[in-house]
Amino acid sequence: MSDMRTPLAKVRGLGSAKEGTEHFWRQRLTAVSNVPLTLFFVGLLIALSGGDFADVRASLSNPFVGLVLALFMISGLYHMRLGMQVIIEDYIHGEGLKILLVMLNTFFTIAVGVASIFALLKLAFGG
Amino acid sequence: MSKSTATQTARARPLSPHLSVWRPTITYVMSFSHRATGAALYFGTLLVAAWLITAATSESAFNTVQWIFGSWIGRIVLLGYTWALMHHMLGGLRHFMWDTGTALEKHTASKLGWATIIGSVTLTILIWAVGLAVRGGF
Repeated sequence: MSDMRTPLAKVRGLGSAKEGTEHFWRQRLTAVSNVPLTLFFVGLLIALSGGDFADVRASLSNPFVGLVLALFMISGLYHMRLGMQVIIEDYIHGEGLKILLVMLNTFFTIAVGVASIFALLKLAFGG
Repeated sequence: MSKSTATQTARARPLSPHLSVWRPTITYVMSFSHRATGAALYFGTLLVAAWLITAATSESAFNTVQWIFGSWIGRIVLLGYTWALMHHMLGGLRHFMWDTGTALEKHTASKLGWATIIGSVTLTILIWAVGLAVRGGF
């Protein structure tokens, strides 16, 4: 027939990029986790509305709040890294610039994530 | 290589973005705004990070961030951030429905589009009303 794929390639099902549906799946996985995490984040901001430095620190140093916010940042940052990658791939047609921006996208999200998690740990463990 | 193939290769093929060639239907506007709000939220995460980092490190820096958030420009940005968050979340829920193969029919998809924009604006107003009530006024 016209199908040139080998039986092994078919059973692996990963396509020419060797990633299969991994990007799509992780995008949807983090989308699902983002819903309850975002609702918690919005609820927290409403509860802290008008709060001062001490109020905010007291709330963020609570272990449950800290853990959920850490998950919110990780899930959100992973999701937005995947989304921005697609935007770059769609609109940037020069190969060099495209690769550069895809790399910067990863660096940016990891930098924001590491700084935010550090802040949450510092709030949780004092200092 | 035949002559026709060579001509096709040489001609510049259309590349995205090509927003201007479509009539703005509700489904198209919701599709575009889903991506636009996603991109806005990408940079909006910096606001969340600034809030967390200053809360962990310095009272004066935290107060500066709070002062910026409380200014009129800051409030407009945060209002926009709230709407983008709600709009992108509702748009995402719509995508979950489509993932299961339901609600893909033309008129259903249009109704969902309107539900997305009406829902995101309603939720934004609700969040700010409750937030301002907790705060005790403007």
